[in-house]
Amino acid sequence: MKFGIVVFPGTWSDTDCYFAVHDILNQDAEYVWHKDTNLDKFDCIILPGGFSYGDYLRPGAMAKLSPIMNSIKEFASKGKLIIGICNGFQILCESGLLPGTLIKNTTLQFRCQWTNLVVTNNDTPFTNTCDKGSILNIPISHGEGNYFIDNAGLQQLYENDQVVLQYSDMNGVITDQYNPNGSVNNIAGIISKKRNVIGMMPHPERSCEAILGSTDGNKIFESIINSIDGKLIKEQQ
Amino acid sequence: MKYTQSQLDEIALSSQEYELIVSKLGRDPNYLELGLFGALWSEHCGYKHSKNLIKRLPNSSPNLLAKPGEENAGVIDIGNNLAIVFKIESHNHPSAVEPYQGAATGVGGIIRDILAMGARPIAILNSLRFGYINNNRSEYLFEGIVSGISGYGNCIGIPNIGGETKFSDSYLGNPLVNAFCLGITNKNNLMSAASYTPGNIIMVIGSPTGRDGIHGASGLASRNLNEDELEQDKRPTVQIGNPFMEKILIESCLEIVSNNLIESLQDLGAAGLTSAIVETVDKGKTGFNIDLAKVHQRENNMTPYEIMLSESQERMLLVFPPENTNKILSILDKWDLDYSTIGVITDSQNAEIYYENTLVGNVPINTLTTPPLYDLDNIVPQEIIELQNTNLSSIPIPNSNKANEILIELLSSPNIASKKPVFIQYDHQVQTNTIASPEDADSAIIRIKDTNIGIGISIDGNGKTTYLNPLEGGKIAVAEACRNLICSGVEPLAITNCLNFGDPTTQLVSHQLNESVNGISESCNTFGIPVISGNVSLYNSTERGAIFPTPIIGAVGKINNVKSIITSKFKNYNDLVILLGSSALSNDHNDLAGSEYLEIIHKKIAGSPRIDLEFENRLQKCCLNLINNGLIISAHDCSEGGIAVTIAESCILSNIGFESEIEINGRWDVSLFGEKQSQIIVSINPNEINLFSKICSDFHIPFTTLGITKPEIFKINSLILNTVSELKNAYSTNFVK
Repeated sequence: MKFGIVVFPGTWSDTDCYFAVHDILNQDAEYVWHKDTNLDKFDCIILPGGFSYGDYLRPGAMAKLSPIMNSIKEFASKGKLIIGICNGFQILCESGLLPGTLIKNTTLQFRCQWTNLVVTNNDTPFTNTCDKGSILNIPISHGEGNYFIDNAGLQQLYENDQVVLQYSDMNGVITDQYNPNGSVNNIAGIISKKRNVIGMMPHPERSCEAILGSTDGNKIFESIINSIDGKLIKEQQ
Repeated sequence: MKYTQSQLDEIALSSQEYELIVSKLGRDPNYLELGLFGALWSEHCGYKHSKNLIKRLPNSSPNLLAKPGEENAGVIDIGNNLAIVFKIESHNHPSAVEPYQGAATGVGGIIRDILAMGARPIAILNSLRFGYINNNRSEYLFEGIVSGISGYGNCIGIPNIGGETKFSDSYLGNPLVNAFCLGITNKNNLMSAASYTPGNIIMVIGSPTGRDGIHGASGLASRNLNEDELEQDKRPTVQIGNPFMEKILIESCLEIVSNNLIESLQDLGAAGLTSAIVETVDKGKTGFNIDLAKVHQRENNMTPYEIMLSESQERMLLVFPPENTNKILSILDKWDLDYSTIGVITDSQNAEIYYENTLVGNVPINTLTTPPLYDLDNIVPQEIIELQNTNLSSIPIPNSNKANEILIELLSSPNIASKKPVFIQYDHQVQTNTIASPEDADSAIIRIKDTNIGIGISIDGNGKTTYLNPLEGGKIAVAEACRNLICSGVEPLAITNCLNFGDPTTQLVSHQLNESVNGISESCNTFGIPVISGNVSLYNSTERGAIFPTPIIGAVGKINNVKSIITSKFKNYNDLVILLGSSALSNDHNDLAGSEYLEIIHKKIAGSPRIDLEFENRLQKCCLNLINNGLIISAHDCSEGGIAVTIAESCILSNIGFESEIEINGRWDVSLFGEKQSQIIVSINPNEINLFSKICSDFHIPFTTLGITKPEIFKINSLILNTVSELKNAYSTNFVK
């Protein structure tokens, strides 16, 4: 399978994502410049972290107007896989591909720290190698990762089983104390109704090697590979 | 004289210096030309009071590819056809005036220095000093500076992997913001700052030039600040940062460099275009002819003077052969970057500056680059003699049932407590190379992908120690920075330094500068490592007086197998905890000199700290040898708070306890909290003690076993009994509130 990694001016997790999928997981991958518009050769698009266009207005507010975004919307409408990480999640919300929005952390400060994520939904192309209720140790790094959605929207998210990852303690218990940014219901990642577009604030590409502290991020990318290539990685192991 | 004294004051030139300019030119300079001299002869750019001192620092090493002075920073060969460059620089004065932007642009400036060498910046660290946070101004400075570093650094995708934050009321009026950056490059992509080729094109790229930062180098950074100036008057001399533009500059410049399209690359930093372009031609012994009207500008009706001296951020200067123009423009267009072609390199050795068709300035380059150099007297001031002669034996010994309380108080004191509230605001993981982040190890460590190599970085400096004994303080700063590397298993290769001092024209500061530079130099000679780059920040004085003399050392080293780094955390129960460097706990009251214990518990800053460099050198070699033989499980340098605090930290970070039954004779407070130099706390497997002992005796390094690691409790004889979680609570005290 082939990953396309979108590069906006100001993106900085592009090389980290490339290293994770190409060098750690041995997959085909290519950078896609924000002025490019042809995504035909890709099976999955990664919108990586960073500060696209500086994010001076609102995170993702400029990026959603970039030439590549129409192609991304078309890609999504075909049911192909898109994962937005950090700034990528913000861009997906701004462009309406995912519901809700990401506002400033309640501390009003940037937070770079390890978090425990409980897998609320493993019936997705991005979490199918995880057990439901299992814990992933993946770091966050953002100033505006406080997921917000109104009550009606939240209810819909639950009705459609769109909440995928939630911040928790090390045993998977969801409490305010382990909510690093103030997100509604500790939400760290959600998926589109059609199950092909995911947005998550934590950075799986930063937790793909033991030497970096965790390999749990691999499970997200392995799930993608699993659902595209149809290989049941879980059974192989 | 053509100008008034107040016009000269504005750019910090004396009337004698003005006369010198007139005699060099054979005429009065016009106003623009005077501005060029003001900037380039400023302390910040011209190093008038420090150049003769800096010459004493050793700057050669077999690993050196480019010597400091020849380029923006020295370059170290790390093998695998790779080279690293690194430098530390101050942004103290701007941060005192406008903390957020001052600190942010400090980070931006040092990154462009590294970029100018053709290297990709891969790590940022910083060293910060504040007054104690018990007043609004200190809190405002602290919050502003930390969020400025966070706001700028996080946006550009370079990990901020460590550093230090310390407090003392000597920094109340003058906070210190020293930013460090390290970059890496293929040896063949190393860039030069020099242009040798007449006819080559001069281009400015990046942000448009505005009126911000004019006189930053001369009027702000090169003289003492009045406190009433701090808030309002000087704010317009502080630049505004645009980290997004910086990120674009990094990517576009590296693309241009890797295509081998340019002769030289410079950043526009202090004194803006003036300094960048003059340095470029001075190093190449050429000249330049430029038209300032061509510079892309943010504001209307800027004068030639304003354009030459603007310190607008995020600009770089490229010099390249005309035939490469199209290729360069296509890269700049790809990144949507603004640029202006402003002139050419000439063989005239003159600065010829036009505005449209009018010649507005014309001076020989060498007059601009040869400011007067001043020697500094070295007379020991009475104030220092008295502090050093304070008899520390008269410090009362507290009742021994207070030991527990003292440990808790030290652990929660601002200089020792966890700096998590600071570093949690910095992205220390981006680029996925950070192997040891803050609080993991004594130094920050990043790996170099596609190799086994790790690079260790430690930033250290102790103003209090240097205040009490400038010579020993200089030595200790280098020794501690290197010892931190050693404790992580990293072999030191070179250092960079930032000399933060008060007003050099006073007897006290002049002495402090002289002696601490001597100390740094002695240490470097003993350890055999060069100083490859640096920066001097003087006039850190207000009406309250000068700051503590604060030489900050950034030490950088290499570990061949990054997987074998050593951290400061204990790892197992029942490991032996050993004090490496002493055969018994000290009870010499002189070891209280400059200690946190003396300041916090006895409210005294006194004594004369000291170090034996020859011993220190052997200790470091011994420790590295023990590590390379696989004998060391954890290692932690003994510094602030003494042995008790050092062991407590290894417990707190690992959730593993410690118990000892050791001989303590005489002053237990010195034994536990004294700050004797050249000591390291290590833990080892008890089965390895014989080999451990043999290696130590080979190096003639004494050691003593202090106790063993245990679950949960922290016990030292009958003096201290605590749980690790209680220690952790104290250590996690938020020092901000």
